[in-house]
Amino acid sequence: MMLRSDVETIAGWVGNGSKVLDLGCGSGDLLAKLFLEKGIDGVGVDIDTKNLTTALTKGLRVIQQDMEDGLLNFENTQFDVVIIADSLQVLKRPHAMLTRVVQIGHEAIVSFPNFGHWRSRLSLLLSGRMPKTKALPYSWFDTPNIHFCTVADFESLCRQLDIEIIERKVSGDRTYLAKIWPNIFAKSASYRIRHR
Amino acid sequence: MTAASRASSLGVIKPEHAHFSDALYLESGEVLDEFELVYETYGALQPDGNNAVLICHALSGNHHAAGFHSEADTKPGWWDTVIGPGKPIDTNRFFVVCPNNIGGCNGSTGPASISKTTGKPWGSLFPQVTVGDWVESQKRLAQHLGINQWAAVVGGSLGGMQALQWSITYPDWVTHCVVIAAAPGLTAQNIAFNEIARQAIFSDPDWCGGDYIDANTAPEKGMALARMVGHLTYMSADNMSDRFGRELRQGSFDPDDNEQPIFQVESYLRYQGSQFATRFDANTYVLMTRALDRFDLAAASDGDLAKALEPASAEFLILSFSSDWRFSPARSREITTALLAAGKRVTYSNLESDAGHDAFLLEDADYIALLHAWMKRVAA
Repeated sequence: MMLRSDVETIAGWVGNGSKVLDLGCGSGDLLAKLFLEKGIDGVGVDIDTKNLTTALTKGLRVIQQDMEDGLLNFENTQFDVVIIADSLQVLKRPHAMLTRVVQIGHEAIVSFPNFGHWRSRLSLLLSGRMPKTKALPYSWFDTPNIHFCTVADFESLCRQLDIEIIERKVSGDRTYLAKIWPNIFAKSASYRIRHR
Repeated sequence: MTAASRASSLGVIKPEHAHFSDALYLESGEVLDEFELVYETYGALQPDGNNAVLICHALSGNHHAAGFHSEADTKPGWWDTVIGPGKPIDTNRFFVVCPNNIGGCNGSTGPASISKTTGKPWGSLFPQVTVGDWVESQKRLAQHLGINQWAAVVGGSLGGMQALQWSITYPDWVTHCVVIAAAPGLTAQNIAFNEIARQAIFSDPDWCGGDYIDANTAPEKGMALARMVGHLTYMSADNMSDRFGRELRQGSFDPDDNEQPIFQVESYLRYQGSQFATRFDANTYVLMTRALDRFDLAAASDGDLAKALEPASAEFLILSFSSDWRFSPARSREITTALLAAGKRVTYSNLESDAGHDAFLLEDADYIALLHAWMKRVAA
């Protein structure tokens, strides 16, 4: 589940009338919001037929495909913005995805839950078990979230991949703390990135 | 017709005829001085004429897409699952038009029709028609009915090819375009299967060079064989295993008679073949397979499909079925990718099914729901 503040952050970063690709669009809530508020020219990608059908009832356009198939059906710089909202952690090869999205989009927006949040750290430290929280209620063996990372991990990967971070916004219980120590206090983080 | 099917269906439908006395100039260079189309319509055309939906039929289809032909009729039209009141192509909203294409054998001008020039059935002299020719003839029908724009053009398989052709030949006419289990052109394997079917027909002594009606006969054996080959390509291997497996047919059989069917699947194919042979014209079958073979959307733009689709202004829905190997999902993805590259508005879904190419004609909850959801955007 995406935090409401992340949704607002992403919506704030998308320019009016821009060409948008939403990877892992689900039933299309974010795309529908962007259509309504930003008048975007947008298309989603999702693998699930039921999600797709729900998105279609909202008048959206969706391509049914595995977003990890390389996305070679999209051309380089075909979109103004490519969005990966709250799904980086479910990907098998998140690094390959980041490389690709900054090719097909002039810019990409990525948001993910911060596994470095103090609750996760404390939970692991005290219980010695993989953390389960309200936002992330899965057991380690059946979680769709196979590639958790922290704010620091993500930024390090961007440096490795020669990806420029244009802007970062974080969400947390106390936003001022999350801003100062995002790796500890951010519940989730959103980034605007592009190819350097 | 049962009470249940009547409730969700259009009821009894009467086919209509339209005669066109202006010549139709065919892509082959030949001319049809006049022609007739048989068609059905469902629902009511709005005064502004903006709620018309064209249904394009596939190889063995015809104008009878929905409803029944009489109170006693037990078999509805070929797409009754999709067309009707409250169905995805909702006849409470849309005025649905489905013609039998020229070259067909269900009432529109075709090889079995009487030629005015000779006073005899056209037979071998009937000109080859193309997907483009069908689009022209369908446009004539639209004008005849007072339609000047389609809210949607919809087709599966060979019908999907017509829908695609419509979208680029007359972009202003097509606001929405639904292309199901189709391809931008046939593969070598597709053409090869069609060629086997044609050779089966040609090798029947009753083919008579295509003038079998004159000779008061019909190449039914060849047609049955052609249909057996064709039918095979509509099914998936898994689907056939599920339905027939290695099950033996009922009854006793002579172990010395190798011509007798042993397995259920043999009986099934023989039955399908012989049934089809009695209801379908061999010349039409040859003509339809030729039209399929020749269809190549990207040919005029040196194989660049995105460039070929450039003129289109419709919003597209492209659908494929996971087990379809006749027109595989990869072919639908080709169309989708080209549409995206050309900057067109497109939705694509690859529906899970084990029914092979035939899936586009069958009732499936996900398929119906998805089509229904998408059709809501088509203003009527």
